[in-house]
Amino acid sequence: MKILIVGGGMGGTILANNLARRLCGELRSGKARIIMLSASDQHMYQPGLLYLAVGRAMPDELYRDQASLLEPEIEFHVDPVEEFHLDDNEVKTKSGRIIGYDIIVIATGSRPVPDEIPGLAEHAEMFYTEESALKMFKRLQSFEGGKVVIAMGVPHKCPMAPLEIAFMLHDYFLDRGILDKVKIHYTYPVGRVHTLENVAKWAAPEMDRLGISYETFFNLKEVDGAKRIVRSEEDSETDFDLLITIPAHRGMEVIEANGLGERGWIPTDRHRLNMEGRDNVFVLGDTTNLPISKAGSTAHFEAEALGENIAAIVKLGMPVRDYDGKVFCFIEAGKDRATYAMFDYQNPPDPKAPTRAVHWFKMAYNKLYWASARGLL
Amino acid sequence: MAKRRVVDARGSFCPGPLMELIAAMKMAAVDEELEVLSTDKGSAHEIPEWIQKAKHVHIETVEDNGVWHVLVKKTH
Repeated sequence: MKILIVGGGMGGTILANNLARRLCGELRSGKARIIMLSASDQHMYQPGLLYLAVGRAMPDELYRDQASLLEPEIEFHVDPVEEFHLDDNEVKTKSGRIIGYDIIVIATGSRPVPDEIPGLAEHAEMFYTEESALKMFKRLQSFEGGKVVIAMGVPHKCPMAPLEIAFMLHDYFLDRGILDKVKIHYTYPVGRVHTLENVAKWAAPEMDRLGISYETFFNLKEVDGAKRIVRSEEDSETDFDLLITIPAHRGMEVIEANGLGERGWIPTDRHRLNMEGRDNVFVLGDTTNLPISKAGSTAHFEAEALGENIAAIVKLGMPVRDYDGKVFCFIEAGKDRATYAMFDYQNPPDPKAPTRAVHWFKMAYNKLYWASARGLL
Repeated sequence: MAKRRVVDARGSFCPGPLMELIAAMKMAAVDEELEVLSTDKGSAHEIPEWIQKAKHVHIETVEDNGVWHVLVKKTH
């Protein structure tokens, strides 16, 4: 049984290691193979970008060699897929290789697309890549006061990031001693400050307490750099001195180029995680079209369910359980306190008041993540 | 009858039915109808409120066995 994993991010890596442990006997005897194809030899811990943007992390803390995270039986190649020939159970890579498979898992992630909003890339800072996060930090360091507006597009990965960046910016300016010269104005696409109702119920009074103003039903339409105004689809606008954005996202270009899903979102069964209409093609992480958070923990829990199921397919010929929609997201509420939201398809989250203990748990997890990536935690 | 784009947001807490609709609007054509399926009764009010602000058309909302079907049309 040849299992091909496309994508070396959080979901693909956790799945590969999970499978390697479950199928160790089959891998040794040659009854199974696990092949991973990735565009990079580096693995980035993306949640670390939030800290990079406010000077609380260094770039080198965010990376490990991908090969160092993988069980030795996994055949890892830096040779991204360019063509998916799903009817023939094969892919074609950048180097021209044709690789056949019995089971394929597509875990290629997602990318921000700020260019879709006129003026956004030119006039806003963002923190969803290393380059942009460092640029944002330098901009923050030279900012001496004014109105900071946070605005975002839909969908985006890391749904807690809008709140986190608002609260972390508050503490950043407080620590710099210029909070009295700064006005933080938070905008959000739906009718409350966060799409999760219980999170919004906690966050809005917290913003009131911290003096962060907010505006809801604000979906980015365009940025007028000359007038320093950001406009919404809902015909409202707000001026800014510094604009921070979390742009809308799309799946990777290769997914769209191969016609696997509109805007790169692959139609996926919400429980079995197979691509709709295909029993041997599975999808996990950001690139699914599931109505679920595009978040690292989603990819993590999907990978665990899928690892169990693919191993069962190898051993028994059938999957054994459904993915229940589980997501767990930390919410940094500033530089030294945090809470979390845990939910699934059936149960909404019920976040408690932020504490230092949960913040330190997140700080620990920023380091422990590498154990998760290796399938150990 | 023109084919509707179904946005199945049943059991979705995050991003939630309205955000799923906003994302789906990017893929829809002008004059296309979208039907949001939601198990969250709040979205029966929130979606029409956003539709009005964004100047699209809310056609109807029907509740059937705990699922709200919110039918809208993209106008621009």
